[in-house]
Order: sequence, then C-alpha cells, then structure tokens
Amino acid sequence: MTFKPKIVAFLCNWCAYAGADLAGTSRLRYPANIVPIRVMCSGRIDPEFILEAFERGADGVFVGGCHPGDCHYVSGNLRARRRVEILKKLLKEMGIDPKRLRLEWISASEGQKFAKTVQEFVNDVQGLHGLA
Amino acid sequence: MAKRIGVFVCHCGVNISGTVDVERVAKELERHPGVALATHYQYLCSDPGQNLIKRKIQEENLDGVVVAACSPAMHEETFRSVCKPYFNEQRCEMANIREHCSWVHEGEEATAKAVKIVKAATEKAKENEDLAPIVVPVEKKCLVIGGGIAGIQAALDVADAGYKVILVEKDPSIGGRMSQLSETFPTLDCSQCILTPKMVTASRHPNIQLLAYSEVMDVSGHVGDFHAKIMRKPRYVDEDACTVCGQCESVCPVTAPNEFEEGLKPRKSVYIPFPQAIPATYTLDKGTCTECRQCANVCGPNAINYEMQPEYVEEDVGAIIVATGYDLYDKGKLVEYECKEDRDIITGLQFERMLSASGPTQGKVVKPSTGDTPKRIVFVQCAGSRDKQHMEYCSSFCCMYTAKHALLYKHRVPDGEAYVFYIDIRAPGKGYEEFITRSMEEERINYIRGKVAKIYREGDKIVVWGIDTLTGKRVEVEADIVVLAMAAVGKNDAQEVAQKLKVAVDETGFFKESHPKLKPVEALSKGIYFAGCAQFPKDIPAAVAQASGAAAKVLTIFSRDELLKDPLIAVADEEHCSGCGVCIGVCPYGAITKTEKGKARCLEALCEGCGTCAAACPSKNIEMRNYRDRQIMKMVEVAL
Repeated sequence: MTFKPKIVAFLCNWCAYAGADLAGTSRLRYPANIVPIRVMCSGRIDPEFILEAFERGADGVFVGGCHPGDCHYVSGNLRARRRVEILKKLLKEMGIDPKRLRLEWISASEGQKFAKTVQEFVNDVQGLHGLA
Repeated sequence: MAKRIGVFVCHCGVNISGTVDVERVAKELERHPGVALATHYQYLCSDPGQNLIKRKIQEENLDGVVVAACSPAMHEETFRSVCKPYFNEQRCEMANIREHCSWVHEGEEATAKAVKIVKAATEKAKENEDLAPIVVPVEKKCLVIGGGIAGIQAALDVADAGYKVILVEKDPSIGGRMSQLSETFPTLDCSQCILTPKMVTASRHPNIQLLAYSEVMDVSGHVGDFHAKIMRKPRYVDEDACTVCGQCESVCPVTAPNEFEEGLKPRKSVYIPFPQAIPATYTLDKGTCTECRQCANVCGPNAINYEMQPEYVEEDVGAIIVATGYDLYDKGKLVEYECKEDRDIITGLQFERMLSASGPTQGKVVKPSTGDTPKRIVFVQCAGSRDKQHMEYCSSFCCMYTAKHALLYKHRVPDGEAYVFYIDIRAPGKGYEEFITRSMEEERINYIRGKVAKIYREGDKIVVWGIDTLTGKRVEVEADIVVLAMAAVGKNDAQEVAQKLKVAVDETGFFKESHPKLKPVEALSKGIYFAGCAQFPKDIPAAVAQASGAAAKVLTIFSRDELLKDPLIAVADEEHCSGCGVCIGVCPYGAITKTEKGKARCLEALCEGCGTCAAACPSKNIEMRNYRDRQIMKMVEVAL
C-alpha cells in the first residue's frame, strides 16, 4: 500500500482559504490528504500549532497566506514567514526534515495555484515517508 | 461552552452527497463527544432546511450548531441568523465539505476527509464564547477612486442622495476613456456631448469634493471607518488662478507625447488635455519642462508656480468605490503583426481620436504617415483578445466599436473600402445586433470571418493576410491604414491600488469581485465596491449601471448610523500578563497599550482581529476570541 501522508493546512481567511474555495468552485482535483484549518491571518499561526501538529502525527504542515503586500492585516503574513523560517531551522535540529513544513502565498484568485501547490507538497512529503 | 451540539450535514443536491457519504458523516459525528444530534438533509439553506435546524434546536435542546455544507463565505450569515433566536450566533460554525472536499476529491477519501473537517468545526464550536458584535459608527462619506464615466456616475448617485463624496482622479482632468471617444454605439451620439454635462455637474455638486491630478497613497481601517491619505500632485499651475487663456501653451517651446491624443499629435509641456477638461486649468509637466520660464512671463494671473509642492489630504470615509478603468494591450506585443513602429497601423483608441471633431485631425480620417485620405482600411478585431498567446478573454466592447468605426469611416470617406476581420460577432445589447446589421448591409462594409495571421508593410501599402473561414480561401488585402481593436487590459496600476486597499486582482488583471454572479460589485473586503472597467471590460451602459449599483451598496451602508463589526478580536489576560510588550511590538494597528500596572490591554476599537499578538505572546496571555490556542490545538488533533 502506498504511504498516504497526513497533512494539516493552516489557511488564512482572506487569501489562501478563499483560494482553496476557488479551487473547489473550479473543480480542480488535488489529494485528499490535506485537512484545512481556517485562521483569520497567517500571522495567527503560533509555531506551537505546527509543532503540536507534528507531535500529533502530522507528516507535513502547510501554511497558506496572502502575497507580501496583500495581507488583509497589513503585515501578518510577513510575521508568518519569519516564524516559519526560524521554525524550519529548529525542525532540522529536532531531526524533522524542514521540507515537511511549507509556506505558500496564495491569493483569493489563485485556485489553480492552491491545487497545484498542494499536489506538489503531498508528493514531496510522500517521498519523505512517515514521520515516526 | 456548548455541550449539546447539533451537526447538520447538507447534501447540497448531489454536490456533496454525490461524492461524500453524508449518512456516514452524520453517523460518525453522532458518536463524537459533545454532539447531541447529527443528521443530514437535502438542502439545508432552503426554507425547510432552515426550519429543520430550528425545530431540532428546540426539540433536542441544542446549545450549538455545526452546519457541514458549503464555504462559510457562502452561507455563514444564513445559518448564524437561523440560530440567533435561540442562542448566541457564535455558537454556530460551518464545516466546508463542499469547496474544500466534495468538489475536489473522490470516493472513500472524500468521506474520511469530510468527517475530519466536521469534527474540527465541532471542536471549535464547543469552545466558542458568546460574543456581542462590536458597534462601529459609520462615517457617511464616500471615496471614489477614478473619475471616468463610472466614477462620475457613482459619485453623482451618492452625492445626490445627500452624502459627501471625495472624487479622486489621477489625470489632470476627469472624463476618463469616454472623453477620448468620438461617437458612441449604437446611437452614434457624440461622446463628449453626453459626458461633459455630467463632468460639470460632478465638479459643481455641493456634496462632491473633486481632487483631480491626485492619487490615493494609503488606505487603512474597515467598512464604516476607512482612513485615506491622498496626494495632490503639484500641477505647477494654480488651479484657481488659471483662466485657461492659453498664453502659456502658445509660448511653450517644448513638445511632449500627448497621452490624451494617444500620441497622434504632440502637446506642449504646459497643457490642457482637452478643451472641456475639468477642472478647467492648465497643467505643467515637470518631466519635460526645461524651466525656460517663458510661460510664467506671459501668464497674466501669475498662475504658474515652479515651486509648487505635493499636498497631502487625509479623509475619513465609510465606503470606497474603485473605478480606475482600463488600458489597452501594448500593440508592440503583437509580434505577428509588424505594427510596433508602423504609424499607419493604429489602435482603436487612436482611431477614436482621429474621428473626434476636436481631435488631432478635426475628425478627418487620414493616413498618419502622409496625411492622405485612406481609400482602403482594414479593421482587425480581437487584436490580443481571445488569444492564448496574449489575453485569453473577450474584451467585450470591440465588436461594437469596430462596427461603429467602419461605419463612421464610410460616412467620412464614402468611396472608400472597409474590411473587418472578425472571429465572430458579439452584439448582446439593446440595438446592438441591429447596428451590426446596419453596418454590414446598409454601409456595405466587407466583413470577413477569420483571424488575421500576418500584417506587413509593402511600399506605401500594408498587406493584411487572413483566411476567410466561410469560404476556406486565403484573403490578402492591401490597405492604406489598419486599425487594431486592441485587447482591453487592467489599468497599469491596478495591482498597486489593490495592495493599498487590500483587495485582489484576478488572473485577467482586473479587480476581483466577491462573487462572480451574486456579488459582482462588491470586493472581498467589506465596504469596497467596483464600478466600470476596473472590474472587467464593459461598455458605457454597463459601466454606468454598475456604478449606480456600487452607489446603491454604499447608500445601504450610509442608511445606518452604526455598523456591527466582527467581535473576533484579541483579549489580554491582565492578571497573568508579564508586561514584556512583545504583543505591542507586533500589532500592526497599535491596538495594544500598557495599563497603569504595566500589563497589556487590547483596545477594542482598533483591533482588527488578525491574531499576530496571540501567536507572539510568550506566556499565552493574549488570545484571539473564538480562535483560542486550545481551540486550534483541538482542531489539529481531530484533523489528523
């Protein structure tokens, strides 16, 4: 049986979540391994949520926010970027491949990009096998 | 905290149930802790569906509801208002198992994912606090960005209803693209003649403050309470003092490219874009001016001031209408048509100027390179539109204006021959089809169905190659001039404006509306509306209609004194806060202050609810209401 990674996606309400909505409206297929959790802004994503997800058995964590300059809350996405970058370094120290954490900017009109990026991320994590 | 949650799974016809086993989702949720009831129904958003929820709330004594259906963007408000008579609306959550699941996945996996999504929403609903919406007073003033026909119409509608409007125009005059047009289809009334009275009314309206030659620099805030910074660019000519005598222009020795005339005729460094410009004043273009001071020397009222500086205006407004218009696709990008440098291959907008009685040729159709009357003219439709190499979409108005162009050419040059190459004719408007028929039959214009493959120059002629797809034969026309119906594209600064307003531009380059069918005027952010070609190419009646639609939306907001704001904001635990101040540093709104005891306190009126502070607090003493850490952690747990 092929390995099916478990992935949590934190999506900001204004861009990435709406982008995922558009992927749906446009009926773009992507793997079902990813379960979205809506937050108002990617800046809300506490690195502890990501660590918690890995601890609870996630094989990958996806963070989706607005493009730089487009953040509904001015600069929350830039905070998210810094936090994710630092967390990636920590993950490496902890023996978790930083490729298991991915941050992407997805606008409300980028349904295509959402579906494509999720597909890519699932493939990448699949290649890394289970985290256990 | 909700202890008896009702889970309602929607079939959405077959949109959800065709993929997701809704019965199984309900069954699995029935066993989930805190769930008192789980059921499924054909269409929950229908009246019987809503009544089912109401009945179950009463019968089963529910204290929370999860609706597993479409995106919350679609129906969160619907279901929250269903629950409102029974308990705080925050106790109602939506689980998006349509857009995020049934429409993108298949089979067993889809059902398994749906279960997780519904469980996550249930966990959140369980811990949602009861919150009352925050009341925000409405600033009953509207900002309209863009002074073309759409912006003018929207400004007039709002102003006529008795509210103040700030109308901001980037160019020296209002009027926009419509002021460049000669005559308008299908009635052939003169564009300027119907537009200029509206321009004058807008500029004299007691409720409209016109800020021409100005740009919106920055916008903050939210619906009911936006704050805009506007820069008034220096004209180097005092608007109030200028009498438009034209002395300055007559002595100015510098010539510059003329934007209004689409480059067909130069202008001076000191110029007025067109005689009916509003505000009626000259503008000095510092970019080309050599500061020889000849204009200043002849100016009677001493209106010229080289030292003028930009002025900044700050305004509080309750709503914003974006009417920034469109540009034409760069003809240089059509490499298959050797048209970049050729003066006799012009754009539709250049032809408009040529046809205009006040234009560079006083309405005479000429061959730009020689000034002769062109005896054979070719119109090429879909130049850059409906073309995967360029713009994939249809630019909407070109079929109609090309028919008008060809017809007006025949009126000016009765013995001339006009050819139109088209893919197919799109004429969906009142009197449009009849107009096309008139130009084809009465005016004897040669319509050739086929796309032009190549255009090149041969001596003093331009050769146009195409295929007549109705006869299957190759067609070659030697023309004196060629008019390209260029694709209409998003305004060059649309992205910039979008960033300032925190709204989106879609893949076509035009502003993205909230819903393609049901909210074509609204932006994704509340209180911001679109009018005219800023949203997508459209003809004048459609632009005017959308502008009035946008104005109606603004008036709906202004009909109330207060708006209700989402109460999902940050709250600090002042008792346990260590006073480190990290949250204060990360808050983009300056919404957190220190109390006398040195503890963090969130200011309700300023907080927008992003939660950046909550993610930063090292001791977890500042939290987002109804997006608390423990709620998100719980959602993560059940999502895996």
